[in-house]
Amino acid sequence: MSDSIHTKVAVSVEGLSRSFRGKAALSDVNLLIPEGSVFGLVGLNGAGKTTLIRHLMGLLKAKHGTVRVFGQNPVESPDKLLKRVGYMTEEDSLPKWMRVGDMLDFSRAIYPSWDNAYCVELCDMFGLTRTAKLSEMSKGQRARVGLLIAIAHRPELLILDEPSSGLDPIARSDILEAIIRTVSEDGRTVLFSSHLLDEVDRVCDSVALMLNGTIIESITVEKLESRYSEIICRPNESWAHAPSVPGVFGWKSSVDEWSAVVDDTALKDRSQLDALPITQTRDISLLRWFAARTGKVPVDDANESTANDAEEPSHV
Amino acid sequence: MLLHISSDGPPIYQQIVEQIRFRIVSGQLRVGDELPTIRGLAETLRVNPNTVARAYRELAHDSLVEKRRTTGTFVAELPKQKGIAQRRKMIAPEVDRLLISARQLGIELNDLTQMLTKRDRELTDKEAKS
Repeated sequence: MSDSIHTKVAVSVEGLSRSFRGKAALSDVNLLIPEGSVFGLVGLNGAGKTTLIRHLMGLLKAKHGTVRVFGQNPVESPDKLLKRVGYMTEEDSLPKWMRVGDMLDFSRAIYPSWDNAYCVELCDMFGLTRTAKLSEMSKGQRARVGLLIAIAHRPELLILDEPSSGLDPIARSDILEAIIRTVSEDGRTVLFSSHLLDEVDRVCDSVALMLNGTIIESITVEKLESRYSEIICRPNESWAHAPSVPGVFGWKSSVDEWSAVVDDTALKDRSQLDALPITQTRDISLLRWFAARTGKVPVDDANESTANDAEEPSHV
Repeated sequence: MLLHISSDGPPIYQQIVEQIRFRIVSGQLRVGDELPTIRGLAETLRVNPNTVARAYRELAHDSLVEKRRTTGTFVAELPKQKGIAQRRKMIAPEVDRLLISARQLGIELNDLTQMLTKRDRELTDKEAKS
């Protein structure tokens, strides 16, 4: 919460590199996630977010570099660690032959800290019935079962890997609420990987941006807002190409107006901006920062991602 | 409190500040009314609790609400005790915004003051009736 001092570290990654068949998926990743934060991991598809998360869960072993979750190497005695962690992926991977009740009983047996009263409350909230077969439920309802299992044992760390992709707005909103509920309890930490930047903007207090297998920036949202701003320029004579000013990047133009992002710390002094025909200075948005830092715009059209997901083979 | 958070607007904490400020200034929230808890509002809005806390800090800084230790956040006495200069300063940004819009729409200053006077009369009538 607001006044807690982030001293303890939930996740630390140092110099993590990984390649698959000679192709680098992660290169020299460094990441610190303080306890109690809602940490957004953003990046384009294929940036390495899932590979990084799989290392945190102990599903992949760090070959180069170190990974620590609550000070522990996730591949050593994973049972000890995983009971403190809740995990949900975009993959629709629950065993579809089970009924909701069986799935919940199974999960309750795994997690010593399972809170049955909370589980009942969540079932109620999500409209889940124990007798329903997972195979006959909608994708959104199955995602809610996955979410329930990820949070009903009240994990100290909740890891959500693209949980919202392909889900309807109500299901997405349930996921966001679960994040807020989790972090409202002091000291609990959420790692939220997503390319839906408006969702990240709502719930996260820090973001890390991945590009081509490495984290190019990790910053609190508050610092992001004070460090960066967007400027709009309207040149008198149209520019053939963007002007080059140190600390000003991510130029893009639309007809006669140019927009760019200003990095206050890279700017030696603000008088450097005087030469530019600035008509407006705006607060930075997460999307604008993302686009400027990556040079691209993420696909955050829900319909499009639904279409893509439908074509994917099921991961059962 | 059913606030509306839009994803392409000003920063979220500002949207919260503006909407609560509007509720206080328009009388929907009265002096001494309790605001939702930070955690409660964060859950209903699905925004980070820090964001709500920041909005409340901003409102407290503007003396619109006051934090009472352990009990919660309440709508403060309207800032009449503030000097006129200070109150004018508080409203200056709104004036600027209005003037900019009026210029863009080509509405003359005379026109605008007339509209203000008319609207003020309407609001006064409304208040008298309720």
